[in-house]
Amino acid sequence: MSTSRAFAPALVLLLLAALIPVFVTANTVLNFIVFTLIIALAAQGWNLLGGLCGQFSFGHAAFFGSGAYAAALLQARYGVNAWAAFTAAIAFAALVGWIIGYLSFRSGLRGSYFALVTLAFAEVFRILANASAFTGGAAGTLIKLDIRPENFQFASRAAFVWIALALVGFTLLLTTAITRSRLGAWFAAVRENEDAARALGVDTLAVKLKAITLSAGITGAAGALYVQYYLYLDANIAYGSWISIEALIAPIIGGIGTPLGPIVGAVTLHGLGELTKLFASGIPGIDLVIYGALLVTAIAFAPDGMMGLLKRLGRGQVTPRTTTPKTTAAKTTTPKTEGAA
Amino acid sequence: MLEVENLIAGYGGADVLRGIGLEVKPGEIVAVLGANGVGKTTLNRALSGLIKPRAGTIRFLGQEIAGLKASAIVAAGLIHVPEGRRIFPNMSVRDNLVLGSYRRGKPAREANLERMFELFPRLRERMGQAAGTLSGGEQQMLAIGRGLMGEPKLLILDEPSLGLSPLLVEEMFALIARIAGEGLAVLLVEQNVVQSLELAARAYVLENGRIVVEGASSQIAADPALKHAYLGL
Repeated sequence: MSTSRAFAPALVLLLLAALIPVFVTANTVLNFIVFTLIIALAAQGWNLLGGLCGQFSFGHAAFFGSGAYAAALLQARYGVNAWAAFTAAIAFAALVGWIIGYLSFRSGLRGSYFALVTLAFAEVFRILANASAFTGGAAGTLIKLDIRPENFQFASRAAFVWIALALVGFTLLLTTAITRSRLGAWFAAVRENEDAARALGVDTLAVKLKAITLSAGITGAAGALYVQYYLYLDANIAYGSWISIEALIAPIIGGIGTPLGPIVGAVTLHGLGELTKLFASGIPGIDLVIYGALLVTAIAFAPDGMMGLLKRLGRGQVTPRTTTPKTTAAKTTTPKTEGAA
Repeated sequence: MLEVENLIAGYGGADVLRGIGLEVKPGEIVAVLGANGVGKTTLNRALSGLIKPRAGTIRFLGQEIAGLKASAIVAAGLIHVPEGRRIFPNMSVRDNLVLGSYRRGKPAREANLERMFELFPRLRERMGQAAGTLSGGEQQMLAIGRGLMGEPKLLILDEPSLGLSPLLVEEMFALIARIAGEGLAVLLVEQNVVQSLELAARAYVLENGRIVVEGASSQIAADPALKHAYLGL
């Protein structure tokens, strides 16, 4: 596949999405788009580490929250310019990612142990942020409302749609570029078989640290954008497990390890949720029922996510999924043919 | 080119290797023989940096490599093909091979790839196929090919005959002979005593983490008492 063909669908999609605010001005719609894009961005971060490099995190809230708190506190406590705070927040989240990665990968944590450790970090951060006076404790932190572009605050929600789209688009291009690069090949080697990768001379610790640092920076950007949009943050929003789950479910539904997967997943999940809320508002909680049903269906019938499903539809083989080689299985450990030591 | 002295290594508190000494000269095929559980795989892992030796020296091309990172040892030219054909099952055959050569520039990589396809014509036919769909013998060829892609000066093969039919074992050993014929040194770690002794110039017999016999392959092969005592033949 040529380079232009790999990037083309992504660019077309982004341009179409960027036109939405021109035609739609309803705040609920724009609100929905911004929120979905924030989730998509957080999920893109998760996908880089979990999908490309095979390290499943259950605590991406640690990065989302660190980005969000850094952006909020730099402004609220130190009066730092919002754009500078936003940039610093991404760097801070990336640093948190590197530290958590260094601590857990150095000790050789893999698979479920790594997932549990990330969950533990996120929970510890949540409890600390909830208790500390510096973060505003349980009352949370407010960013002063002062609508000016230089404050990263806009009268129109359309501006946020475009900023969120730009971030999602940039991450999409970055992810696509990585999958086609040497780093992407090393990510895949670590995901597929870490021991074999080491034997080939891949510095797996360095590779995993790169993955988690990039991943945390991206998810941290989602957190910083979140707080910039809603101007309020507390520990349960920032470090709550809701965002860890959102960040990992979107790629799983959309297509784990594919650049478009997290975006497709976030749009599918939240799009369906919103639609059911709209059309079945008489039945409270129905959107959650649909959400759950969709998850179960997706895992049963589309183990490679929507992207995998599309690929299969394109090849005209929908039903016999056993015949389709799994191209992006992320939990693969070792081939079945392996002999005993 | 490889000189190992008094190598001690193991896992946790237990030493598996208890003072190994061996040597591989340029262009030589050397076999390390032994039954299950005598420390063959641990020796490989220690030589290639996958575990840190507790004591001893490993000199490769005059450079001390004991304790270096696995990636640095590969960069120095010592490449280890792990046992059990640890390929990347969901990647294509071509991608598997290319991964072995990412330290090299693109022209070298392409040239290496062409060389591998000449060496293993079967892999060229299966270039685009997922590696996990290959047969056992093909997977072993792929694992060796992937190791060769990194342009090693010394190749360590960990039980390349494991799980292969006798006919395929013949084919595999002929291939190893051919590779070594091009000037590459090979350390062959094997359970298959008869074939390994035919292929290698010299051999070491490993038992309980120590070298108990060393010498020319022909000598070891000709000594029935020796073979009976240590190799169960």
